[in-house]
Amino acid sequence: MSQLSCRDFTVALGDRPVLEGVNLTIESGELVGLIGPNGAGKTTLMRAALGLIPASGHCSLAGLDDRNRARTVAWMPQDRSVAWPISVEALVMLGRMPHRMPGQRPSAQDHEQVAAAIRQVGLEGFEQRAVTRLSAGERTRALIARALAQQTPMIMADEPIAGLDPAHQITTMQTFAGIADSGRSVLVSLHDLGLAARHCTRLILIGERRVVADGAPVEVLTADNLARIFHIEAFLQSTDHGPVFQSLRVLGP
Amino acid sequence: MTRLLSVLIILLVGLVIASLVVGPAPIGPLTSLEALWSGDQTPLALVMREIRLPRALLAVMVGASLGLSGAAMQGYLRNPLAEPGLLGISGSAALGAVLAIQTGLAAGFPLGLPLAALAGALIGVLLITLLAGRQGGTLSLILAGIAISALASALVSLVLNLSPNPFATSEIVFWMMGSLADRSMEHVLLALPFVLLGAALLLTLGRPLDAITLGEDAAEAMGMRVRRVRWRLIIGSALVVGASTAVAGTIGFVGLVVPHLIRPWVGAMPGRLLVSSALGGAAMVLLADIGVRVILPASDLKLGVVTALIGAPLFLHLIYQTRRELA
Repeated sequence: MSQLSCRDFTVALGDRPVLEGVNLTIESGELVGLIGPNGAGKTTLMRAALGLIPASGHCSLAGLDDRNRARTVAWMPQDRSVAWPISVEALVMLGRMPHRMPGQRPSAQDHEQVAAAIRQVGLEGFEQRAVTRLSAGERTRALIARALAQQTPMIMADEPIAGLDPAHQITTMQTFAGIADSGRSVLVSLHDLGLAARHCTRLILIGERRVVADGAPVEVLTADNLARIFHIEAFLQSTDHGPVFQSLRVLGP
Repeated sequence: MTRLLSVLIILLVGLVIASLVVGPAPIGPLTSLEALWSGDQTPLALVMREIRLPRALLAVMVGASLGLSGAAMQGYLRNPLAEPGLLGISGSAALGAVLAIQTGLAAGFPLGLPLAALAGALIGVLLITLLAGRQGGTLSLILAGIAISALASALVSLVLNLSPNPFATSEIVFWMMGSLADRSMEHVLLALPFVLLGAALLLTLGRPLDAITLGEDAAEAMGMRVRRVRWRLIIGSALVVGASTAVAGTIGFVGLVVPHLIRPWVGAMPGRLLVSSALGGAAMVLLADIGVRVILPASDLKLGVVTALIGAPLFLHLIYQTRRELA
């Protein structure tokens, strides 16, 4: 079942066109990696699909009102700062907001969903810890739990593994893979093409204001695409451990 | 949370009673309170109804306004240093009041000064609206507030600079220090509708402010209309702060310090901070206004001076505590 579909989707930031005529579909159970160089429009595409910035063309989320959109897709922006020293439990409970009317207290079901989300990201025992006292990796997991508690069929995350150490990067990608395995769909933008190749079921490569390639990692990370869009030469090999990717050198002009 | 609100309400009631029984007239506490309820036309009953009651009511209104606005501003801007004066409303209200004193409007009729201050606050809001723009973000709002504050402050200095009348100059300087002395029920009735309307707007911000803890983008994606929240904050703060400055002058540190003091008791959630900060702000201004009358009864000690003298050390203590926690 399709969770997100954009057709002929065009976005401009001020006078500058960023994306023109983008077509993409995200199905249930997929972990889709959105890749592309800096400034290609990955964040812009996700924000426009969510309705946070204006766009033209068709997007399946555009027709939804605020509440229904918040019940359809959970958004993890790149900015992972939390303003106040609220507890992990209170942070994750924010994810239940679209399911409660204003002034309504959290129900037993809300508390159950929050506890389940905290368990799923492995933060049991941290419930009362202030978010501002967590490490970057723990905070990312707490924010993923917040998105999980929103109980949406789809999660969009903008560079969720940026700034994390290798162990936390792998754990975070495995958490997203687990979420996709449970039947939800996940769209993540990321720069680490190795992790993208290993963990994502599909990659969408953005460049030159459009979708350059869309398919399995080995079909997208071709030498031609890497040279044309990223200006790099790289090594990519299918192994028993899955695809292994390593950037080798920058190609000259 | 319920326990905190109960404690604050009990504290507030105690301070209101204390405020009613403290004054230069040597009257016993019970006699004062009996006179307030008696309905007599005795001098004592008049002192209670016309001087002490409006003073206590204004302290509650002004303190609650500043505490509530401070908590909402800090929550929206995600910044513990935000305070009600940041939007330039108190500065532009002060300018209106200063012009009323300088031109003689304040001496002309009793409510001339607070009405001019309210007009100043209104002009300040209109300027913010124009400068920040309808589509403008948080940064343009802060910059517009700083610009208006600076402009209002410069114009107040210009009025003082060019004032030919030393009495008006000293009146302006004393008014700017903030006070609740010699206010009447007319002041209460003038400020009350603005404070109630502004507070009603600000108190509905709890849910979006909680969501904004994660940033504007995340809040918007959770179904909050951040731009609407911004306008409710601007208009609500303008109403409560404009009305408070109009009747009491500039009273600093309450909106900055009170949310800091209360935050640990509500689990730091900005939405939960609103009501408790309003109650805490009212308690702080009542306490300071009692202090004004008790510390130096013979001198006309100004309320704004006392709130700053209480607020600044408290704020320094909080900074020290935060630094130690982060070390």
